[in-house]
Order: sequence, then structure tokens, then C-alpha cells
Amino acid sequence: MNHLLTTEGLSREVLEGLLTDAQEFAEVLERPIPKVPALRGRTVATMFFEPSTRTKMSFDKAAKALSADTVAFSASTSSLSKGESLKDTALTVHAMGIDLMIVRHGATGAPWRLAEWLDIPIVNAGDGAHQHPTQALLDCLTITQRFGSLEGLKIAIVGDIRHSRVARSDMFAMSTLGADVTLVGPPTLLPVHMDGWPARTSTDLDAAIEDADVVYLLRVQTERGGGSVFPSLPEYTKRYGMTNDRFSRLKAKAVVLHPGPMNRGVEISHDVADDERALVLQQVSNGVAARMAVLFALLGGDSDV
Amino acid sequence: MSDLIITGGTVLTTDGPIRTDLRITDDRVSEIGQGLEASNVIDANEAWVGPGLVDMHSHLRDPGQDWKEDIATGTGAAAVGGYTAVLAMPNTIPVVDNAQIALYVSERGRRVGSADVYPSGCLTMGGDGERMAHIDEMWDAGVRVFTDDGTSVESAAVLRLAMEYIANLGGLVAQHAVDGAMSAHGYMHEGSVSSRLGMHGIPSEAEEIVISRDLALVRLTGVSYHVQHLSSMVGVGLIRQAKADGLPVTAEVTPHHLVFDHTDVASTDADFKMMPPLRSAEDRDALVLGLQDGTIDIVATDHAPHAPREKEVPFEHAPNGVIGLEWAASVTNSVIGDDQVRFFAALSSSPARIAQITDHGHAITIGSTANLVVFDPTERWTPTDSVSRSRNAPYFGRELIGRVRATVRAGQLTHGSTA
Repeated sequence: MNHLLTTEGLSREVLEGLLTDAQEFAEVLERPIPKVPALRGRTVATMFFEPSTRTKMSFDKAAKALSADTVAFSASTSSLSKGESLKDTALTVHAMGIDLMIVRHGATGAPWRLAEWLDIPIVNAGDGAHQHPTQALLDCLTITQRFGSLEGLKIAIVGDIRHSRVARSDMFAMSTLGADVTLVGPPTLLPVHMDGWPARTSTDLDAAIEDADVVYLLRVQTERGGGSVFPSLPEYTKRYGMTNDRFSRLKAKAVVLHPGPMNRGVEISHDVADDERALVLQQVSNGVAARMAVLFALLGGDSDV
Repeated sequence: MSDLIITGGTVLTTDGPIRTDLRITDDRVSEIGQGLEASNVIDANEAWVGPGLVDMHSHLRDPGQDWKEDIATGTGAAAVGGYTAVLAMPNTIPVVDNAQIALYVSERGRRVGSADVYPSGCLTMGGDGERMAHIDEMWDAGVRVFTDDGTSVESAAVLRLAMEYIANLGGLVAQHAVDGAMSAHGYMHEGSVSSRLGMHGIPSEAEEIVISRDLALVRLTGVSYHVQHLSSMVGVGLIRQAKADGLPVTAEVTPHHLVFDHTDVASTDADFKMMPPLRSAEDRDALVLGLQDGTIDIVATDHAPHAPREKEVPFEHAPNGVIGLEWAASVTNSVIGDDQVRFFAALSSSPARIAQITDHGHAITIGSTANLVVFDPTERWTPTDSVSRSRNAPYFGRELIGRVRATVRAGQLTHGSTA
């Protein structure tokens, strides 16, 4: 693996290898001194062309827990507004002596462009509505910790599938790991053409959650979509929200995941968000471990964990 | 003044293709026959000789955006591609919506052009889609084609009035048939690739809606109507039916829509970004078929230069367009197959007729202006560079079939050399 750009096409072997490493790093993070020297002397750059606090912090923490140095580029304070091309920005930062770049960009494919222009590993930290592979890893790690593996699990991913990089990344990773994935949402938020996607679709949440082991709720992003994509938030909640009533109808061992930040009262009820079977904070913790596994795999650390 | 002869070619005459030599004296074809001799010789060596190519859709970016292209560099690329005439699109800075800018373009073409430059004019002032442009004074300045290319005229009421006015003059309305609202947030064809990339798409219906509406207005006004850069199977079907209905309708297709499709966009390489977008393989096949059966009249380049720094950005942020003047003939030849008559119809005589460019696009006769191209339909080559000021093209490194050997504009070589 030279880069981590997408979960599409990643083999089960690679995914399971990353999850195994991530589990080890999760245990490292439980130690009194949650830090290993694996990437000492390496410099990792976070290149966030789109505002993000939590993902950036998570990558930063992951790099530091591996003893790598981190530098940060953020679009709001950069020369992008001065008309510099993405290529020039990438070459400039690279010239400072960077071993790996973590890229978040609002436009699909931006990390692929950087991977073409630069000869260092690129990690996609989210591009447009396309891919967010480390989110998929942390989600799969969270589910694995709960169920032992994803093999045979029924997973419903619910919400704005059309504009969600989380849904795309999770769907490919989860199905490769043996899960049976259903994408659920209103027709205006399901993709228009889905040739060859390893998932089924449904507009009926109540039917989809009947036998679901995992219900993955996506954040409602009313700012995307270029127009009204459903009638109103209350109507969305009624048909597609994880209400207390729907939660009570889930299988006893079923769990709820959410990539955050949550809209309490919209896609997830206040009570469900705080329930023991909502694994949201565990996902956040696992984010650091999963990202450590990715950085470690790409930079080939030569010290033992 | 020494003559120039072209020997050993298959010359497209009014009697069809004939293996013969021809002589050019000054700016005219002076002799057609066997065994001609002169000191300046182009050995066509079994290649095709025909009327210089005519591009009905060039963005020369002049005035206003000379970092992308100007009339000298754009017509330089045209000459390399076998063109002796180009129709310049009016979406320059400022736009061509009055006679002065139109006259600047044609005059600049006369001074520095390697091909004859014909300005097209906007339908509306500033291309705003609301107020009629100075159509009358542009007509008097020689403009025959009117288009707000780059945008579709959104208001049927505005377009109807412009059509009525232009129908009376005898001009052509050319439409960039992409519905504005349907395409406003889109970057590529709406289909399986856009869904997988999570990129907003532009459905084929964005083209269908505009053409369907415009055909109603053509029936109402009787204007000659031309669809620019046709991109979809449904669009081809609409044109086929309109022609069967006897409407005065013509259509063009670009080289890139004939050979690429939306799966090429999966690379997110901005050199595959243009408007209308590359659609499905099924759409591409329908365009090829439409060109072969005559539903689509011509190949037009939509040569749209952008500087490297403008394209070295994520796909969604890049401007639309690719350059195409230097290899449109090669692409067309690859698609049409070994058919000299159809080749020159699609690239020379039909665009000249549709755009009312009277000095170009005629079969070769004694006494006609020597606007000629020598095209070898068999040579295989791979573009590696461009003489355009820009480089935004997906053709570099791809093998093409057929190559321009020489271009002669008004008796002067603008590309190639004599033996």
C-alpha cells in the first residue's frame, strides 16, 4: 500500500491487517504513557483545505502517539486565496521536507491529484462526497470490537447517502469484510445510478432495521445538495430518524453508530445518543488508533510497538 | 513568383476524389492535371488533398484572456490541424455583442492569423440572456452566427425574439444546449461514475430539455438553428427527428465526445472536464452513429484553452474545456473510417455552409482560392505537445490515426513544408 485514498478495491487481507494493527494501537493508547517511538524523526503534514476540527485533531493525536512530528496547513490562512494552484501548494509544502500528507478537500479526487504530483504517501482524510477511508476503518474497528468480526452482520447505513463520503467508504469496507449492507434514505438522498455497488438500497427504514445488527446514522447535512432535498426536518425525523420508538424495536444486541457531529433530535434522538448501545464515543477513540495503523503502515516504522 | 504544386495526392474535386497533381499560382488553384512540375513541391504521396478545414467552434480567448490563447497562437494551432478558417466564439472579455469587438476579431485575424478568423456574435448583451445584442450592426460587420455559447439562453421569450430577428436577416442561431438550473451544481455526467465519485452530475435531460424547447421555437420562427457540442443519445434522437420533420436544424459533435466517455473522468484529471460533460459509452456510440449517418452534420472542436495553473486543481474547481484544433481531423478520421468525401463534409464543406463562410469549404476547381489541406489518413502518431498557448488536452500519449501533412491558406503554406 503506497497511499490510502479509498476503501474501494482494498482487499480483505489489507483491511484486516490494518484492523489488527489498529487494535494493538488501541491498547497502546490505554497505557500510562500512550506513545511509541515508531515514527520518530518523520514529519507528517495535515493539509486541510476544508474546515475540520475533529478529524484533524484525531490525525494529529495519532501522529504524535507514534512520535512523528506534525505540521499543519489550513486553507483559511494559506495562499490559496491568492490564486495558487493546488499543485503549487502541494509542491511547496512537500519541499519543506514532508514524509506523508494527510489531505482533506471539499472537491472529489483532490488526494488523487496530490498522489500523482508527489512521491510521498497520501492519506485521504475526506474528499468531497467521495471517500473517507480512515472513517471506515475506525467504524469497522468499533464493530469488530463489539461483534468479533463483520462477517454476516446486517448493517443499515441511513440518511444522506448521495452526498456522503462516509457512506461510500463504509459500504465498500464493510461489504469486503463480509457484512450485508443496505443503504437507506429518502429517494432524493440515494445515489441516482449505483451500478455495481455492493449494497442494496431501501427507502423504508422500518423494514431495514428489523433484522439489522448495526444501524449507522449519517449526519443530516442540509447545507449540501443545492436545494430542498426533503420536505422538512420533522418529516425527515419521522421517517428516517432513530427515534426512541424505533430504537426499542431494534434487536437486543443491535448497536447504533454515528460519524458525528450528531444532530440530536434529528437523525438520532437525545436518549438514543446517550444509550450504552450508541457507540459514538468509542468510534472517536478508535479513530486515533485506526489512523495510527494507517500512518504506521504507510511510513513503515521500524520499531516494534 | 514561383508556383507551388501538390503531387501524387487524391484530390477532392467537384467530380469527387481524383488522383492528380495540382498547381497553385499566387492565391489560386491554377491547374489540375498529371505530371506537373515546379520548384516548390509538396509530395502528397497518396494522401488526401481537399479544401482547408473549417472549425465552427473555436475559443481563441482574444480579446481578454491572452494567458490562455490569442488569435495568433490559436490560429497557429488551427493551421497545424489543417484548418484554414475558424469561427471564433464570442464569450471573450469583453464579449462580442457589438460590431466594434467583432471587427477587432476579424481585423486581428487578418493581421496575425494563420487561418481566416470569422467572429460569431452573442445573442444577448453581455451574454446576459435578457437583452438582445447589437445583432444588426454585427450582421453588417459580417457576423452570420449568433450564440451565447458557454451558457444557454434560459428565457424562451428572449430566445424567441432573437430567433425572429435573426431569421429575417438570414443568420444562424447556435445554442449551447445545457439547461442552466439542471447543470448549476454539476461537474460531470450524472451516471454511475458521478454516483461513485460523489460528484454532482448533469443529467442528459439538461440537454434534452433545451433542445426540445428550442425546436418548438424553431417551428414558431423558422430560424436556422444549430446545436453546439451535442453530447447525448437523446439529443441525437431529437435532431434526427427534427430533420425528418424538415426543420432547418443542424448539429455538431466535438472530437472528445466521439472518443472519451464518463469512465475517463474517474481519474479526476481536469483535462477531462468540459461542458457538456463526457457522457456514457452508450451516448458516445450514439454520437458516432449520428455522425456516420449524417444526423450530426459536422465535427467542431470546442477548442477551449486554459492555462496549466487553472487546470492543476481538483476537478470540481477546474474550468471547463479542452483544446482540440490540432487533432480533431485525426480523431474524426479514426471515427469515420476511410471515407474522403465524408471526412471533408464533416470538417470543411458542411461547417463552411452552415456558418456561411463562403471562401472556404469548396471542392477544388481551377480558379478557386487555394485554401487546401493535405491529410494522410493512414499515418499513426501520438501527440506529445501543442503549439497552442495551453496544454489542456487528454490526447497526449494516445495514438491517433491520420495526420495533417500540409495546410495552404490563400496559396501560402501555413503548416508543413515543400520538398
